[in-house]
Amino acid sequence: MKKVLLFSALALTAALSYGGGYRVSLQGQKALAMGHTGVAVVNSSESVFFNPAGLSYLDNKLNVSAGVSGVFSNIAFQNAETGASVNSDSPMGTPLYLYASYQANDWLTVGLGVYTPYGSTVKYPEEWAGSHLVNSIALQAIYIQPTVAFKINEMISVGGGPIYAIGSVNFERSLNRTLADLEGNRSTVEVDASGVSNWGWVASTMINFTEDLHFGVTYRSEILLEAEDGTAKFHNIPNSSLTPFADSDIKAGLPMPAELSLGVSYDYDKWTFAFDFNRSFWNVYKSLDIEFANPAIPDSRNARNYKNSSIYRVGIQYDATEMFTFRAGYYFDETPVRPGYFAPETPRNDSNNFTAGLSVNIGEHFQIDAAFLYSHFKEVNESYDYYFEDGNAVPFRGTYKTNGFIPAIGLTYKL
Amino acid sequence: MKNIFKYTCAILAVGLVSCEPEFENSVNDPGFYSSGNADFSRYVAVGNSLTAGYSDGALFITGQKYSYPNLMAEKFAFVGGGEFTQPLMNDNMGGMLLGGTQILENRLILEVGANGNPGPVRLQGTPSTDAAQKLSGTFQNMGVPGAKSFHLVAPGYGNPAGIAAGMANPYFARFASSDNATVIGDASAQQPTFFSLWIGNNDILSYATSGGVGVDQTGNMNPSSYGSNDITDPNVFAAVYSQQVDALVGSGAKGVLFNLPEVTSVPYFTTVPTKVIPLDAGTAAQLNAQFAVYNNQILPALAAASVITQQEAALRKINFEAGQNFPIMTDDDLTNLTQMLMGPPFNLPQQTAGLLGQLRQVNSDDLIVLPASSILGSTPDPGNPMGIVGVTIPLADKWVLSRKEQDRVRIATASYNATIRAIAGAKGLAFVDVNQAMTRVATDGLPYDGGVLTAQFVTGGTFSLDGVHPTPRGYAFITNLAIDAINHTYEATIPRVNVGDYPTITLHNN
Repeated sequence: MKKVLLFSALALTAALSYGGGYRVSLQGQKALAMGHTGVAVVNSSESVFFNPAGLSYLDNKLNVSAGVSGVFSNIAFQNAETGASVNSDSPMGTPLYLYASYQANDWLTVGLGVYTPYGSTVKYPEEWAGSHLVNSIALQAIYIQPTVAFKINEMISVGGGPIYAIGSVNFERSLNRTLADLEGNRSTVEVDASGVSNWGWVASTMINFTEDLHFGVTYRSEILLEAEDGTAKFHNIPNSSLTPFADSDIKAGLPMPAELSLGVSYDYDKWTFAFDFNRSFWNVYKSLDIEFANPAIPDSRNARNYKNSSIYRVGIQYDATEMFTFRAGYYFDETPVRPGYFAPETPRNDSNNFTAGLSVNIGEHFQIDAAFLYSHFKEVNESYDYYFEDGNAVPFRGTYKTNGFIPAIGLTYKL
Repeated sequence: MKNIFKYTCAILAVGLVSCEPEFENSVNDPGFYSSGNADFSRYVAVGNSLTAGYSDGALFITGQKYSYPNLMAEKFAFVGGGEFTQPLMNDNMGGMLLGGTQILENRLILEVGANGNPGPVRLQGTPSTDAAQKLSGTFQNMGVPGAKSFHLVAPGYGNPAGIAAGMANPYFARFASSDNATVIGDASAQQPTFFSLWIGNNDILSYATSGGVGVDQTGNMNPSSYGSNDITDPNVFAAVYSQQVDALVGSGAKGVLFNLPEVTSVPYFTTVPTKVIPLDAGTAAQLNAQFAVYNNQILPALAAASVITQQEAALRKINFEAGQNFPIMTDDDLTNLTQMLMGPPFNLPQQTAGLLGQLRQVNSDDLIVLPASSILGSTPDPGNPMGIVGVTIPLADKWVLSRKEQDRVRIATASYNATIRAIAGAKGLAFVDVNQAMTRVATDGLPYDGGVLTAQFVTGGTFSLDGVHPTPRGYAFITNLAIDAINHTYEATIPRVNVGDYPTITLHNN
C-alpha cells in the first residue's frame, strides 16, 4: 500500500508520446511487459483498459492495479547541409494508471479506470533550427472510465462504459524566423489550454473458444478535445504597431483518435502467448489549428494529415514459480505521420519495441509488476513541408533519430 | 522461446548503456566535413564595417553576432576551426561615446511616425560603449567600420588621442594593441592559418553616399592628403591591397578575398525616385514662367557665346509639367555662372544669380540619396511657404549622385576589382564575386527558402535600414558565397548557413 500512496502522490505530470503520434501505450505493467498485449488476456484489472469484457472472468472478487512509468525519451536532430544538430532535453514523463474491478454477482462486474492514453512532452533548446515549428509541447489527456462487464456465459462476455476525458496542452514556438525584439530575441507564442473535457465510450467483447484459447475485441471511440477558452501569450514582441501580436484568447481542437483492438491469447502449461492488433484511426487529425479571438492576429493552421495506422503486438508469459512470473514481448508500431508531414513536435517514424518484465507475488494478495520498454526508431531523413512564410512553403528537413527507455512499476491487489 | 527472451534482454542491455540516440554519421564526428587543403585553426577576418557586422547604421552586439566572419567561424568549427572572438560592443544601442560624450549615433529602427507611416529613425537612449575604454585580448574579427584600404596600414589609426581630431578610428581604438598599431599588423601578428579580406568599399562609398561632394583623387598617390569623401587612387589601392594580402598570407596562410559591389544599386541610391515632385498643371505653368527667361534667353545666349556647350545648355533647362517632376538641384560639375549672370548683359541680382549659377533639373540618370527624402518638398523657412526644397530651392549637390559622379565611382570600382581578382588568382586564394551577386540582388533578386532577397528598401530582406549595409540575412547570404568559394578553391566541404534563419530589420517605436 505504501507504493500506491507513493504513486498517487506523484502529480499527474505529462507523459511522452510512445506509439505513433501522441499515443502513449503504457496502460498496464503486466501487459506492457508482454508487448502491451492484453485484449485477450485475463489476469488483472488492467482489463478495464484492454478489454472490459474480460473483467467477467477474473478469479477474484476485488482487483486493483496501479502503476507508473518513467518515460525517458530522446530525440536527436541534425541537418548535414548546415551542420545544425540538437538533442531534445525533454523532462521525464510519468504516465499513470489506476484500475479497480468488483464482481457484484455471478454475471455483473463493475469497474473504474483512470489512465493517460495520450500525451507528449518534447522540449528543444531555445532558438534551435526548428524553433519556428516548436520549442516545446506538453500535452496530456486523462481518461476516467466507469466500466461494466456482463458475463453472458462461460464462453462470452461483453463490457464497456463511458469515458470522461480531461486534457491540457501547452505549446510554445517562435512566430517565424524573422521577427525579433530589439535585443535580437525571436518573438514567440505560448498557447495554453487546460481543463478541456469531453465524453467518449468504450465497448468490448471476450470469447473463450476453449479454456485456453481466448479472443477479444475492444473499440474505444474518438474524443475530440476542443479548447474554447485557451490563452495565447506572446513574448519578445517588438514594440511596434506593425505587429498585431497581443495576448489573446484562443480556440483549438485536438482529436484523441478512436482505436480498434483485436487480440488472441493461448495458455499452454505454464506459458501464455498473446497477440494483439491495434488499428488507430488517426486520419481525424487533419490539422492543428489555433484561432485567435483577437481578429488582428492571423489564425495558425498547421497541416498534419495523419493516416490510420496499425500496431502488431506479441507477448509471452511464463509462470516460473509460485513467486515469479516472467514476461517478454515485442511490437511494431506504424507511424501515422505521412512523408513530408514530419513535424518535430512528434517526430515518430515506425518503431520496433522490445519489452520485458516480471511479477513478484508478495503474500496472497499483492503482486509487484515491473516492466521495461525499449523503443527503437530507425534513423530517418524527413521533412515538414507545410510551414509557410509569405505564401512560400519553407520545408524543415533533417535527419531524426529517436529512442525511448521506459522503466515501469506497478502493484496489483487481489481479494 | 528462451532464445527470444535472451535476445530481447540483450537488446535492452545494449539500449541501457547508450541512452542518447546516436546517428550513424553525426555531423559532429571528426571527418564528417572536410577542411580540404586549408587549415582553419586560426581564422582572422580583416575589413571594414561589413566585416565588423555593421547594420542599421551602427555596430551593436546582435549585429556582430551575425557578422559574416562570425557565421563563417561557426561553420569552420566543423573542420578544425578554433576560437573566434569579436570586439563586441557594450550593448544593442549601437552608438558610441568618447569620454562620456556621444560621438556616434545609435542604430536605426523602423518606427511608425505620427503620420502613421513607417520609416527609419535612430533608437533613443544613451549608449554605454566608450571608445576610450580599451578591450583586453586579441580579436579575430578585425573589421573596423569606416576603414578605407590605406587606413589598415596606417600607424596610429587606433590611437584614442587621435579620435577627436578625426585622425583615428574609435572602433579600432577599442582594441588596437598599441597607439601606433596598424590593423594589418595586429591581424598578421596573430599568425592566421586562414584569413578573409574585404576592403576598399569605403574608398568609393563615402564619395557616393555624400552625393559626390568629395574629390576623385585618381592621380594623387598621397592618401594622407585625401579628404574623407574622396575616391582613392586605384594605384594606391592596388599597392596597399597587395601589401595587406602579403602580410596576411605570411608564411603560407590560405584565405578568401571579396571584391566590391557597385554601390549605386543599394537602396541608399535607389529608393528615392528622381521624379519626386508632384505638381498640378497650374503650379507647373507658374514655375515654368519663372524660368522662361533662364531657359529661353540666358541659356541660348551663353551657348551661342560658347561659355557653355550646347549640351550643357540643354542639361540646364528647367521644365515642369502636371504630374511627377524632377526636382531642381545644384550640380558642382556644371560651369559656375554666378559671376557672369551678375554682370552685363544679364545684371541679375546676386541671389538670383547664385540660384542659377550651377542650376539644373535632376534627370533620370541621377540618383537621389536616401536622406534627401526627409528634406525634399520641405519648407526650411517657415516664413516663406514658397521656399520649397526641390521646387524653388535647389537640392544641394550632396543629395544627388550625378551620372558623372556615378561614372567616377564605377571606374574606380572596376579598377579595384581588377586588382582584387588578379591578386586572388596570383596567390591561389578563394575569391568571392560580391559584385556579381549584388547585381543579381538588384535585378532578379536571389531566391532563398522563404522567398526572394531583393534590393528593395525595408522589405527586400537584404539591406538594413541604413540602405547600404546588409541585414543579418544579407550577411548570411554573403557567408554562403564565401563558403562556396572556399569549398571550391580548397576542396573543402564546409556546411553552409540557412539564409532564412537569420533576421532582417528591427521594428520598434521609441
